Order: sequence, then C-alpha cells, then structure tokens
Amino acid sequence: MTFRKYLVLAGVTVFGAAGDSVLSHGMKQVGNISIHHLPSVILAVLNPEVALGILLLLVFIVLNMTALSWADLTYVLPATSMGYVLLALSARFILHEQVSLLRWLGIVLISGGVGFIAGSPALTSHSHEDPKSPLLTAKDAARNGAPAEEVVSGGVES
Amino acid sequence: MKHAYIWGGILTIAFFSVVGDVLLARAMKQVGDVHALWRRSGLWTVVSRVISNPNIFLGVAAMTVAFFTLLFALSWGDLSLVAPAAASLTFIGNAFAAKIFLHEKVDRRRWIAAVLVAAGVALLAG
Repeated sequence: MTFRKYLVLAGVTVFGAAGDSVLSHGMKQVGNISIHHLPSVILAVLNPEVALGILLLLVFIVLNMTALSWADLTYVLPATSMGYVLLALSARFILHEQVSLLRWLGIVLISGGVGFIAGSPALTSHSHEDPKSPLLTAKDAARNGAPAEEVVSGGVES
Repeated sequence: MKHAYIWGGILTIAFFSVVGDVLLARAMKQVGDVHALWRRSGLWTVVSRVISNPNIFLGVAAMTVAFFTLLFALSWGDLSLVAPAAASLTFIGNAFAAKIFLHEKVDRRRWIAAVLVAAGVALLAG
C-alpha cells in the first residue's frame, strides 16, 4: 500500500459521508417526493444542496471504483466504513447533537473492525478471468525475472 | 404479515447491494490497477476499458434495483430498522460473496472486521 492508495481510501470515506449528509440535508429542504409526481425529482436536483450532494457522491463512486481496481472488496468495505463514524462524530462535535451510548458503542465496534484489517494485505484475489489484466502481466513479469521497473509500472505494491 | 413484507424488502435490498458490489469489484479487477494503467496508457484507456466492461452496467443496474427497493421498503417500514438492517446484512453478504465469487482470501481477520463493522453500523444507524 502506497501513500496515494491510503489517500484514495480516505477520499472514499470522506466523500461518501459528506455526499450522504449533504444530500439528505438537501432532500429535507425539498420535502417528500411522491412516485406519482415524478417531475418533483427533477425540481429536487435544482436545490443547490441536492446538486452538491450528487456531485460529492459522483466523486465517491469514481474513487471507490479506483480502490476496487487494486484492493479486495472485503478490504475496501471495512476500510471505508469509517464514514459512519465520521458522520456520528460530526453530529456530536459540529452540529452539537446528543450521541447516545449505543451509538458510541457502534463507533467503537466499527473502529475496531477497521483496526483489524489495517496493515493486512489489500489484495488476495487472483485475476484469473482476464489474462490481459496489467496486474497479472506484472505478476508474470516478476515471476519470469523481468526488470524491476517493469514490475513497478504494473502496479504490484502491497 | 407486515413484518414479512419489511424483512422481504430488507433481504431484497441486501441481495441486490451485494450483487452490485461484487459485479463492480469484479469489473474493476478486470480493468486492472487504474493508477498503473493511467500512468502507462493514459486516461482515455482507463475510461474506455471501464465503459466497455459489461459488469459495470450490470452492477449499476443491481444497485439501482437495491435503491428503489429501499424507497419502497421505507414506505412500509421504519427507516431506523430498514436502513441499518440492510446495511449490516450487505456487509456480511459481501464477505461470503467475495470469498465465493471473487476468490478473495477472507481469513479470520476479515471475518471479524466484517462482523464488527456490521454490528457497529446496526448500532449507529439504528
């Protein structure tokens, strides 16, 4: 894992949490949307907070897909679940809302879960499906004793 | 009967979320390491590889089904039950699905992480 990869995981966490909270705040301003009145969905997008929330979530999706290109699903999901913790902490310290004991317990459990995978290898699966995968090419190159720079450009870092 | 509807909805949301996550993860593994690919062949290669992968669209379709099921389930059940229950089940389901379909080595460490996070999410969102 390189510093840049940790940065991507942090980005997934922050943009996901920020997008969710901005979007839900915006949707509360817009009010209820009925399935029988679909044009109201389009009007909702005109609300600046809803639009910003969607934009943040688009960044989240791109970063999440980037992370999944070099890390396991069972690594990315727990690693980025700190977003729930961020939301609860921002509710407590920025919005000054009351956070119940059960929620603090939830924060402890999630942080513990993230601690369990921190430092473990990010990628364990083998890309058998696609022989053209650059990851696989790099692994083969490494096995066949290719020059070191070739391996690095293939992106096999742990 | 209402309970059956709500839990049916929760299971449906979790199922389609897992399918979406697994398809997206598989698609991105087929695309390959985005950083390395970008550095070597440029951004356009990354974009064209991503949008030419059918698993991406199947994954997004599954996530869309999950999202609309969530909207419907919310009209039957309480947000404080539906959202955390579906999110927790998705975490556990993903661990099973990643082991079976993505051949990830889900060792004891990862199981514990998945269970702790699932429990934590249930408490936080509840």
